[in-house]
Amino acid sequence: MLTLSHLGKTYADGTRALSDINLEIRTGEIAALIGGSGCGKTTLLRLAAGLDHATGGTISLDGEMISGPHPAVAVVFQEPRLLPWLSVTDNVGFGIDHLPRAERDARIMHALERIGLSDHAGRWPRDLSGGQQQRVAIARALVTRPKLLLLDEPFSALDAFTRASLHGALLDLWEDVRPIVLMVTHDVSEAVTLADRAFVMRARPGRIHDELPITLARPRQQTRTGFEQDVRRLLEALDEARQPPQTEHAAQAAGHWW
Amino acid sequence: MALPQAAEIHDETTPPAGSQQPAATVLAPNAAGSRMHSRRRWFGDELTLALILPLGLAIGWEAAVSFGLAEGRLMPPPSRIASALHELTVYGDLWRHVWATLWRVLVGFALGAVAGIILGALSGASGLLRNLLDPTLQALRSVPSIAWVPLFILWFGIFETSKVMLIAVGVFFPVYLGVAQGILSVDRKLVEVGRAFRLSRLAMARRILLPAILPETLTALRSGLGLGFMFVVAAEFMGASEGLGYLLVDGQQMGMTDQIVAAIIAFALLGKAADWLLVSLTSPLIRWQDTVRERL
Repeated sequence: MLTLSHLGKTYADGTRALSDINLEIRTGEIAALIGGSGCGKTTLLRLAAGLDHATGGTISLDGEMISGPHPAVAVVFQEPRLLPWLSVTDNVGFGIDHLPRAERDARIMHALERIGLSDHAGRWPRDLSGGQQQRVAIARALVTRPKLLLLDEPFSALDAFTRASLHGALLDLWEDVRPIVLMVTHDVSEAVTLADRAFVMRARPGRIHDELPITLARPRQQTRTGFEQDVRRLLEALDEARQPPQTEHAAQAAGHWW
Repeated sequence: MALPQAAEIHDETTPPAGSQQPAATVLAPNAAGSRMHSRRRWFGDELTLALILPLGLAIGWEAAVSFGLAEGRLMPPPSRIASALHELTVYGDLWRHVWATLWRVLVGFALGAVAGIILGALSGASGLLRNLLDPTLQALRSVPSIAWVPLFILWFGIFETSKVMLIAVGVFFPVYLGVAQGILSVDRKLVEVGRAFRLSRLAMARRILLPAILPETLTALRSGLGLGFMFVVAAEFMGASEGLGYLLVDGQQMGMTDQIVAAIIAFALLGKAADWLLVSLTSPLIRWQDTVRERL
């Protein structure tokens, strides 16, 4: 289980990026963080990845504190960030160099087959399209068999068709290991397609505004009954999160009026 | 959820034109033959273009001297230069001078390159060392090569050491600058990938920084080698008894302009050959780079 307890982040210039975040995500669950720009989604993800340090609260994975990059945590960034001097195979195997060669090769080949790129194993990243590169980045993260997979809007720069195919690739690879997935997204449909729960965030400072379970059975096509309803619920929650918080003074004034 | 077949995603599976594969190149024999043929033709066209200007000038000058339009004393015609080159080659002097120059350049290049790589790496990797080293080295970089000659003669004597050190100084600065700038311009996002995979400092240097700075380093080494050939002339002017620089001085003192031009041509050919060798040896290391042709 991933537990975020009273998590906060204040930058050196005094900007409060996150305040009092409390989350619990169960093993095998896919959770989406959704919210407007600047609400701290990526900051939260970077704290969970151990790439930044929290200024308050704790993050623990199965009871173990996360305070830096951790072997059980894998990240897929917004851009593929493949190493251009490594072939597709070596990029996928970048994080499992410590494994015996046979096991490493088997994991890489399995992942490449799952993402439909086994024919591209020997190519350079420059020879792949954006969607193919992002598939390789997802495979690179998942071959490490992480307990926690963090996705920072990895599909945001892709066209709708490629995005849909990558959702499939992600779920296929996720089925192998069933890690906790915490994904940041701007896309409500994407959250409903992939996530078991969506956490709606609001800004200044970033905090959890609402939590919505998504119980549709997979695979979740947009034409499926209930899909639109979940999208609408999420959009309403996002609208609420965008409203400025009502101050105590304003609430009292409204009370007197009525 | 079913994964779409690769064939369905037509635009995703089509590699960009001109791409090369690191392993198992899949090319039909006809396509490979046609590519080879077009490459040969391109090379032939390029060579022809490159030869037009020097051959045109040479033929024009030869004709001008032959028809008495020019005297050819201060600038000998190509036939006399060829004759001088032939004589130098037949009597074995040319190879002795070429070897002396080449040896000096190679040793100076090795010393300058090693020092440039080490100090460039330190300066690029550590802010403290950069602040300590860089201002002084940047100031020294603007000192003209010839200004070092008197000092080096006093420090290292008139023989080989001073010459090699002068060349090493010439090679050092572009290599230092290239390596330091290469490290400073490594993509932060790639370093973050290394951090996410918990690479140690050594592994980060070996697996991320070193390959990332390789193109800049090789370009810097190439510039360094070019400067090495420039500095060797200054070094051999310091009082050498052999070397292509010596042939230049000797030609000037004896009024043999054909020998001077022959030595200049030998310099050009030697420099070009050394550059070609360096590029040939190192380009396989950066064949992953998309812009390799533009850079080298």
